[in-house]
Amino acid sequence: MYQIIQKERLNEQIYSMWIEAPQIASVVQPGQFIILMIKEKGERIPLTVADFNRKEGLIRIVFQVVGKTSEELSTLSEGDGLYSFIGPLGKKTEIKNYGTVINVGGGTGIACIHPIARALKEAGNQVISIIGARNKDLLIMEEELKKVSSKLIITTDDGSYGQKGFVTQVLKRLLEEDNSIKKVWAIGPAIMMKVTCETTRPFPVETIVSLNSIMVDGTGMCGSCRVTIGGESKFVCTDGPEFDGQLVDWEEFMNRLIRYQEAEKKSWAIYHKESHHCHCEGRK
Amino acid sequence: MAEMIPTKERMKREQVAMPEQEAQERIHNFQEVPLGYSSEQAIYEAQRCLQCKNPSCMKGCPAEINIPRFIQKIVEEDFQGAYLEILKTDNLPAITGRVCPQEEQCQKYCVLEKKKKPIAIGRLERFVADWARKNKVHGKLSTNIIKGKKVAIVGSGPAGLTCAADLAKLGYQVTIFEALHKPGGVLVYGIPEFRLPKSIVEYEVKEIENLGVKVVTDIVVGAAISVEELAQEYDAIFLANGAGAPRFMNIPGENLNDVYSANEFLTRSNLMKAYAFPEYDTPIKIGKKAATIGAGNVAMDSARTALRLGAEKSYIIYRRSRKEVPARAEEVHHAEEEGVIFKFLTLPIKVLGDEKGNVIGMECLKMELGEPDESGRRRPIPVPDSNFVIEVDMVIDAIGTSANPIVARSAPGVENNQWGYFIINEETKETTRAGIFAGGDIVRGSATVISAVGDGKRAARSIAKFLSSGGSLKN
Repeated sequence: MYQIIQKERLNEQIYSMWIEAPQIASVVQPGQFIILMIKEKGERIPLTVADFNRKEGLIRIVFQVVGKTSEELSTLSEGDGLYSFIGPLGKKTEIKNYGTVINVGGGTGIACIHPIARALKEAGNQVISIIGARNKDLLIMEEELKKVSSKLIITTDDGSYGQKGFVTQVLKRLLEEDNSIKKVWAIGPAIMMKVTCETTRPFPVETIVSLNSIMVDGTGMCGSCRVTIGGESKFVCTDGPEFDGQLVDWEEFMNRLIRYQEAEKKSWAIYHKESHHCHCEGRK
Repeated sequence: MAEMIPTKERMKREQVAMPEQEAQERIHNFQEVPLGYSSEQAIYEAQRCLQCKNPSCMKGCPAEINIPRFIQKIVEEDFQGAYLEILKTDNLPAITGRVCPQEEQCQKYCVLEKKKKPIAIGRLERFVADWARKNKVHGKLSTNIIKGKKVAIVGSGPAGLTCAADLAKLGYQVTIFEALHKPGGVLVYGIPEFRLPKSIVEYEVKEIENLGVKVVTDIVVGAAISVEELAQEYDAIFLANGAGAPRFMNIPGENLNDVYSANEFLTRSNLMKAYAFPEYDTPIKIGKKAATIGAGNVAMDSARTALRLGAEKSYIIYRRSRKEVPARAEEVHHAEEEGVIFKFLTLPIKVLGDEKGNVIGMECLKMELGEPDESGRRRPIPVPDSNFVIEVDMVIDAIGTSANPIVARSAPGVENNQWGYFIINEETKETTRAGIFAGGDIVRGSATVISAVGDGKRAARSIAKFLSSGGSLKN
């Protein structure tokens, strides 16, 4: 069992947990992910590491409730244990001094860019972070990002906080203003990463994305996570999760992300029916 | 005292058929197909054994079982004795009794094979192991404990488990590191429930743990800990992490939604128990018409699993002819009984999909057999302009595996060949680094459970020799 040491609700849908996993914490690097199972009958889900504490042997995960497993995970409390927790998986982010870099984060992707931004800053980069959400209430980890960035820009779709608009609008302006920027990381929902790559395409900048494919083992054994990169089939779990976003076949990637949608909906609906967390049905 | 049956009478008897679940019934469930011998059937079959003075069956057994001796114990109705006899050398009898290709091993060398009715050695082995499990008969624990000599084993498949058990019996302290959340390797993720019930794997792993072997799950060697780090802590290492990376055809359309590697398809169904979705959380998508590419045992497992999960049609697509099919005859027979349709001399060249990424068909070429190739089998050659489309909505690639480099990358000094498999001394199973041994699929490529068992045994012997002569990685 892997104990939940600390749990925090970051907003209505997003949770943060620190999990006791000393072996993983001792070697994990920014950009890598873990795979967890809540219980023996559970599924294996990959989550990018949001932070780690080597001294205390802890790994931080940040997740959004999007289905049965994530909702069930959100109901666990401090002191509860996870059935399985493996990692660190995937390749680490290539950290070096690039000069000025931009990190773009959306949704739980904000958590994923956190350790990357920190490492980039420690490596001497000028780190500009742009984080966005639909509105102020949905924004997460502002303080943490501020600490690890040279500059933090916030956008909200409705203008309730920071600049009104999308992260890509800010990104475009920054790239137009400063042509010395050579590297951008964009992590968030698939559509946001795709649009970010469209934004950066005209500029002489490399755009790294972190793909969140559906996986089973996460060690290169099954190929569930395969994706076409520059015309070649790659495994996100062992060749990634980070890739040059301009080479990703986004249509294929997004199709494969929803290939179990029907089953996932069914499983979530049954969970709601059976669990006591939702009392809306059948009560008149 | 056992009844002595005259040799003439023994020779007259036919092999006792294995009771099986009816095909039409079993395609709707995941329960085991062969049901196992009763005591009477086992004794009757065992009585057929001629108890040869120089038994040739044993040379076909990588697990080194004294076959005539355990069969004689069955004749004497001493099932416990038979079990303990098998357990002297085979640590996974209920498993090997089920999944060994006996017709290629022990039974091939049985003198009665000449009359086409060899002793059903595998069925007898299975009977004995099942009897022992039901009657709670256990092997003896080693009283000899060798302190201060630790062995790490990477991978808990048949090679790792066997090596661990053999070393534990000699008194060594053994720790197995398993990447997945359950021990057993291919026995739990690959082989379907209807051929090898997972409760049996769990039981035999427990028996090995009871010998003192420690099994640590959820540790990916090469990620959480390197082989180099293990070498600093353990006196010897056995690498048995399996081949483990799926091969694809590399044809257009292979990344469509409903294309699976056999590894993914079987892992979802077997390890994650997707066949029991939504009780288990892992989903699996099943089409109405499933095409499995390849004709090995894994292909048979995939095609038969697809049927059980609800596919109306399940095809095996194979580029050679029936004669070249590499799967066990028994597996092919079971698949045919269950209604799997074989399309021979057919080569897929493109998977066709709709705009949502769903599979709607597969374009293939007709093949014909030409001159023998380097494998000695006649080479399949495409017939020009023979393109045709087979209507399917899911595809499973079961064309083999290649080496997963994750462990090797963390093992300096341990050399691979050009395909990524570890280079070893065939006799001792030692790699190019003294004190590190390797066996199973990560050495030989996709092979059988029993060849992995054989590797595990040989490695255990070499490791014991290495350690007892003062060897240690820590030196």
